[in-house]
Amino acid sequence: MTSRRLAAPAGTWIDRSHEVSFSFNGRQLYGFKGDTLASALLANGVRLVGRSFKLHRPRGIWSCGVEEPSALVDVGRGARRTPNVRATLLALEEGLVAESVNCWPSVRFDLGAVTGAFAALLPAGFYYKTFKWPNWHLFEPAIRRMAGLGRAPKQADADHYEEMSAQTEVLVVGGGLAGLAAAVAAARSGARTMLLAGGAHLGGALAWRADPEVAALSSAARQLGVQVRLHTLAFGIYDHNLVCACESLSSEGAADLPACVLRERLWKIRARTVIAATGAFEQPLLFPDNDRPGVMLAGAAHEYAQAYGVACGARAVVAANSDGAYEVAAALKDAGVEIVAIVDRREAGAANERHQGLRVISAAALTAVHGTRSVRGCTVAQLEDGRRERLNCDLILNSGGYAPAVHLHSQAGGKLRCLGESAMFVPDGVAPGLVSVGACAGVFARAAAVSHAAEVGSALARGGAPPPAPVGGAGRSAAITRLPDGRTRQFVDLQNDVTSADVMLAARENYRSVEHLKRYTTTGMGTDQGKTSNINALVLMGEYTGQAPAQVGTTRFRPPFAPVTLGVIAGRRVGALYRPLKRLPAHDWHVAHGALLETFGDWYRPAAYPLGAETLRAAAQREAHTVRKCAGLLDGSPLGKLEVFGPDAARFLDLMYVGTMSTLRIGQARYGLLLNENGTLVDDGIVARLSEQRYWVNTTTAGFDRTLAAFEEWLQCEFVDFKVVVTPVTSRWANITVAGPRAWEWLAKVGFEPALAPAAMAHMSLRESVWDGMPLRVLRASFSGELGYEVNLPAAEAETLLTRLWAHARELGAVLYGIEALQVLRVEKGYIHIGTDTDGTTLPADVGFARGIEKKAAPFVGRRSLSRPASRDPKRLQLVGLTPLDGRTLLPVGGQIAPKPPPALTEGHVTSSYLSPELGIPIALAMLSGGSQRIGEQVRVHHLGRSVAARVAKPPFVDPAGERVHG
Amino acid sequence: MMQLTCPWCGLRDENEFVCGGTTHITRPELAASDASWGAYLFFRDNPKGVHLERWRHVYGCGQWFNLARHTVTHEVSAVYAMTDPPPGSA
Repeated sequence: MTSRRLAAPAGTWIDRSHEVSFSFNGRQLYGFKGDTLASALLANGVRLVGRSFKLHRPRGIWSCGVEEPSALVDVGRGARRTPNVRATLLALEEGLVAESVNCWPSVRFDLGAVTGAFAALLPAGFYYKTFKWPNWHLFEPAIRRMAGLGRAPKQADADHYEEMSAQTEVLVVGGGLAGLAAAVAAARSGARTMLLAGGAHLGGALAWRADPEVAALSSAARQLGVQVRLHTLAFGIYDHNLVCACESLSSEGAADLPACVLRERLWKIRARTVIAATGAFEQPLLFPDNDRPGVMLAGAAHEYAQAYGVACGARAVVAANSDGAYEVAAALKDAGVEIVAIVDRREAGAANERHQGLRVISAAALTAVHGTRSVRGCTVAQLEDGRRERLNCDLILNSGGYAPAVHLHSQAGGKLRCLGESAMFVPDGVAPGLVSVGACAGVFARAAAVSHAAEVGSALARGGAPPPAPVGGAGRSAAITRLPDGRTRQFVDLQNDVTSADVMLAARENYRSVEHLKRYTTTGMGTDQGKTSNINALVLMGEYTGQAPAQVGTTRFRPPFAPVTLGVIAGRRVGALYRPLKRLPAHDWHVAHGALLETFGDWYRPAAYPLGAETLRAAAQREAHTVRKCAGLLDGSPLGKLEVFGPDAARFLDLMYVGTMSTLRIGQARYGLLLNENGTLVDDGIVARLSEQRYWVNTTTAGFDRTLAAFEEWLQCEFVDFKVVVTPVTSRWANITVAGPRAWEWLAKVGFEPALAPAAMAHMSLRESVWDGMPLRVLRASFSGELGYEVNLPAAEAETLLTRLWAHARELGAVLYGIEALQVLRVEKGYIHIGTDTDGTTLPADVGFARGIEKKAAPFVGRRSLSRPASRDPKRLQLVGLTPLDGRTLLPVGGQIAPKPPPALTEGHVTSSYLSPELGIPIALAMLSGGSQRIGEQVRVHHLGRSVAARVAKPPFVDPAGERVHG
Repeated sequence: MMQLTCPWCGLRDENEFVCGGTTHITRPELAASDASWGAYLFFRDNPKGVHLERWRHVYGCGQWFNLARHTVTHEVSAVYAMTDPPPGSA
C-alpha cells in the first residue's frame, strides 16, 4: 500500500507506547493513542474510505480537519451508532467500530457506482427535470435510499446532553496564535475573557509544531484567568451577540463507555464583544479526476506527517498556485516522502528558486489523474503549448491558496470584500459586535497577526475602537483558473458530486445569482458546507458568466459552521422532560381505582376505568350507560378556572364572551363562547357570578392558557382603562363532577347541605357552601345532559371527597367515568368540543348560536367579523349530526362528506364519532356545508378508500327537550 | 436570540417573551366598513427599518409593553408602556 506510518520521532500527538485496536469495515486494525481515525487509516495504508453521495465514486481522505467533505464514517453500534462522523476529527479509541457510509455491499465493490457509468445523465437539476411526472413523491423513496449518507440508529439515544449559559465581556473564538494573543491582551486590560478552541490543543495551525510563542501565550492566558474551553466548537453567532458552541465531552466510538455518558454540552454565551480568530482553509485546485483517493490538500499531508507521523503516500506530485505549497513540499521531503515534482500554474518565480532541491514544473497544470480506486500517476501539460508529461506518483497534493474562515463575521452581518490578486474574500471592516483577527481577517503574516490581535483585544476590553486589520502575507498566488472542460470530470464539491460542468450548465441556463447557483447545483450544501468548494464554484461561475469573483459574491454564511447533533440541541428536553405532563391532585387515588391513564393535551388523566379484561371502548360504553341510568363520578380538575374581579368585571366579560354576563344575578351561571377578532371560536365555558364585582370563569382544559392570554392582552393593550384583575386558579381548585339521575342522592349521602338539592338550586347556578369544614363552590351544570354537579373544592381535598363518595358507589350502582365516556355522553347531547368539532374557521352561527348574537345588545370581541358577507354565507360548514344508514358502521372521524369518492370537492367532514349506548347505534357530529338546511338528507362519507352512507340528523341524539338536566 | 429589556424586570433573553406584532393599531368601531375592518384585521406594514411592536414578558411578569426595534439590525431604540405615545411623537 502507499500510505504508511513514518519512523519515530515523527508524530507530535501520537503515543507509540500505547497501541489502540479498532475496526474499519469489519477489518481489525491498529493505531496509536493520539491518532484520529483518519491518521490511523492512513497509517494502515487504507486510503479508500467511502463513496460519494450521488455518483458513488471512490473517495479518500481529503483534509485533516473540520472541512473534510469525503471521509465520513458511521461510528459505533446499536443506539450509540453516530452517522456521518468526520474521520479527520474522530479521536481513535480502543475498540472503536467504524464503517464507510454510502456504499453497498462494500466500499471496494459498490453497486451504486453503476450510477457513475451513467454520470452524463445526472447533471445539475437532474432530479427536478426528470422525476416530475406524475409526481416527485413516486420516486423519492428510491432516490433517498440511493443518495443517503450514513444510517441513523433506530434506537433512542442512550446518552445525555446538557446546556450551559454563560456571560462574558470578551469572547475569543479560536485558540490559534491570534486568538491567544487577543485573549491575553483583553484579559490583561481587565476584561472578563473566555476563549473557545474546537480541538484538543491550543495553537491552531501551530499546535503540533511545539511553538514557543503559543506555549508562552497559553500559560499567560491561564495565569490571567481567561476561561479556556477546549473541544468547544463555536458553530453560530445569533442576534445580540449570542454565540452557541458545542463542547465534546466523551469520545464517540470508545468501546468501554458506561451505559450512559454525558456526551456533549451546548454553550450559549452572551458576549459584549466577540473576537473571531478562526483561521483559514486551504483551497484545492481543479483538475480532471481531482477526487481520486490519494488527491488531498497539501497542508493536510503536512499535518499528518508531523502531527501523526503518517506519510500519505510515497511519491508525491504537488499541484500548486501559491507559495505555501513549497514549504509543505520541503517539509514532506524531509519526512521521507519523495517529491516527484511541484506543478505550479504560475510562471517561474522567487519561491521555486528557494527550493532548488525540488523539481518545479512552472506554468503547467495537471490534465489527468491515473488510477481508479487510488492515484497511480498523473499527466502534466504546459499551459502554453500543451506539451505533456506523465509522472508516476501515488499522492497528489493540492494547494490553491487560502480562504479565510469568515463564517462568524458573515453570520454576524459583516460584509466581505474580494482581494483580486488571491481570489480571497476577507472581512470588509468589522461586523456588529464582532471583530476578526488573524488569518480569518486576511492577516497571514505572523508578527502582524499577533500584534494586531493583541491591539484588538486590549481596545475591545477597554470599550475602544479596534484598529484596522493589516491584510496580507498569504504569499503570491494566482487566481484559480479552470482548465478546458474535457470528458473527464473536475470536481468542485466533492461531497455533493458537483463538477465544473454542472456549474457551466447552471450558467448556460441563466442562473446568475450565486445563491441560485448553489441551490441548483447543490454545491456547498453538504455536511461540509463547501469549506473547500464554495470559492472555486464562484470563481468558475464568474468565468462562465464573464464576471470577477467580487461581482459574483459569496452565498450568505449561515449557522451552523459545522454539523451539530440534534441531541445537543435538544439537551435535557427529551423523554419525560420533553413535555412534562400535569397530573390530577388525586392522581394516586385514580391509579388505585383502576384508571387507564392517557395523555390529553398537557394532562395525564383517566381515559376510563376498565374492569378486568374490558377494552377501553367497552369500559367507556359501560360508564356512559351507567351515568345515564344511575350516576358517575368524573375528576374534572384540569378544567380551566379563572377569577375575574373589579368594578368593570361585568363590562369586561360582556366584551369577551358571546353571552351577556353583566345581567347574571349573583349565583347564576351562563354559557359563553370566546371569539377572536376574526369571529372564530377560541374557547367556550361557563361564567358564574360570585358577587357584584366577582366572577368565576370555567374555560376548557385545553383552552385555559389561550383564554387567560387573550384576557390579559385585551385588558393591557386595548381596554386599558378597565379596572379588572384576572387571576388563574386552576391548580387551586379540584373539580369533582357527579352526574346522573341519582347524582344528588349520592351527594346527600356524604352530607352535602339541602340548599344544594335540585329543588333548591337551579340548573346553571353556583352556590358557595361548606362541607366537612372545607369551602366548596358547587356549580350545577352538565356536559353529559344528566343532572350534574361540578363540585369545586381545595385541590388537596380532592381525595377526601372522592373516597367519601366512592364508599357509597356500590350501594347506588354508580361508577367512575373517564374522558372516553364523557365524549360519548357529550356527542349524544350534541355538545361541541372546541378544537375537535370546531377549527380556525368556525363562527358561532356555524354551531347554532346565531340567535344568541342577535339578542345581545353589547359589543364583544369579534362581533364585527360576524357580519362580513362571508360570515353570512348559507353554504358555510355547519354543525350537524350523522347516523349510518346501516345502523352499524362507525363513521370515521376525519372522513370527507362528498357525493363521489375523492378526488372530489368535499362538502364537509366528520368531527366526532362514537357508538351511542343509549340508542345502540353509531352517532357522529360533522361540519357540513349548509348543514342546518339539510336535516334528513342522505350523504356519503369517504375515508381511506371506504365509503359509508349516512343520514343527516339534527343533534342532540338523546333527550332533545333537555329535561334530564333537571333531575 | 435577542435580548429585550422588560420595563419591569430588566434585560432578559427573547425566549421569555412573545411578540404581539405591530402596536398602535386603532380598533375600528362596530359600524366600520368591511374594507376598514379588513384592513384592521389583516393588513400590516412590513418596514425594513424601525418597527413599533408590542411584546409580552410572558415567562416573567406577564406585562405587555411596546418597543421600537430595527428589523434588520435588531437594535432596540425605545421601550415604552402600552399607553405611551410612539417615540418621537410630541
